Amino acid sequence: MFKFDNNTPIYIQLVEQLKINIISGKIKSGERLPSVRDLAIQNKVNPNTMQKALIELEEQNLIYTERTNGKFVTEDTKLIEKYKKQYADELTKKYLSNMQEIGFEESDTLNYLKQIGGNK
Amino acid sequence: MDLVKFINVNKQFGNKKILKDINLTIPKGRIIGLLGKNGTGKTTLIKLINDLLTPTSGEILVNGKRVGVESKKVISYLPERTYLDKSMTVDQVIAYFEDFYKDFSKTKARKLLKDLDLDTTQKLSKMSKGMQEKVQLVLVMSRKADLYILDEPLGGVDPATRDYILDTILNNFNEDASVIISTHLIADIERILDEVIFIDKGKIILQSDADELRKKEKESIDEIFRRMFKC
Repeated sequence: MFKFDNNTPIYIQLVEQLKINIISGKIKSGERLPSVRDLAIQNKVNPNTMQKALIELEEQNLIYTERTNGKFVTEDTKLIEKYKKQYADELTKKYLSNMQEIGFEESDTLNYLKQIGGNK
Repeated sequence: MDLVKFINVNKQFGNKKILKDINLTIPKGRIIGLLGKNGTGKTTLIKLINDLLTPTSGEILVNGKRVGVESKKVISYLPERTYLDKSMTVDQVIAYFEDFYKDFSKTKARKLLKDLDLDTTQKLSKMSKGMQEKVQLVLVMSRKADLYILDEPLGGVDPATRDYILDTILNNFNEDASVIISTHLIADIERILDEVIFIDKGKIILQSDADELRKKEKESIDEIFRRMFKC
């Protein structure tokens, strides 16, 4: 089950969580998704909210609907890679700006990363 | 067609105006939070939909018709205080519901009660408050109604029981029906709501899609409510 923060629209959080599951391969390319209702119950959200999230993912081409069969994750692995890179960029930017806040310039942060990487 | 419609509804007790000029529509297939502080008219509004009170003026329609015998058949209502005779056993209450409501599914009720690991030959009065609340919710959700109205279903129960109640609501509401939940415990419930109605001093202050409201205010429904109705 996903954890929610009530300050942000629930459907946006669902889109984000499902996207992470897709780009991490937890839900595989070409895999069939459970029904809207089952997904809603699994995550303890309203089915209408889940529906809204799936429409959004469909608009981003990450999932598609086969009329009688249900919803599937895209088979376009390039697209999944693209979203993965995009997400990694976002996380990195956020990390760099957090580090900057406590006085690390980008080069300091890179050195720091190498250093803790080397210690492992 | 809207499931419920309030047209210029007023309710007075003596000279005291409890509800003022209420215009409201409840669509099908939604879970709606009726949110307000204590004593703002939530229960009065609910009793009007259930035809347990009559409006001083105005009109209330359910499925396009004035409330009455027909609307009672399609509304499953969990009142704030129980109307069940607590000297009855769970088995007796089930038989009672089966007699009373055509749309009551005994099989469903039995199945849900089984998950609670409950001795159904036990009297209601012998059970904890939390267990009594769960039994009543199971009964109400085991009807195949058009509208479920739950008046303060979370009051006075522990957090684990609250989770059980929310899950039971989500798992059992069908997409053609709607659920109205009145509460002031907003943080616990806002995750499952489609729509919120804020009521204060007998007036509807706001009716909005829950996610749209979060998007606009960048806050949780609970925080918006606290900010708007600060004492």
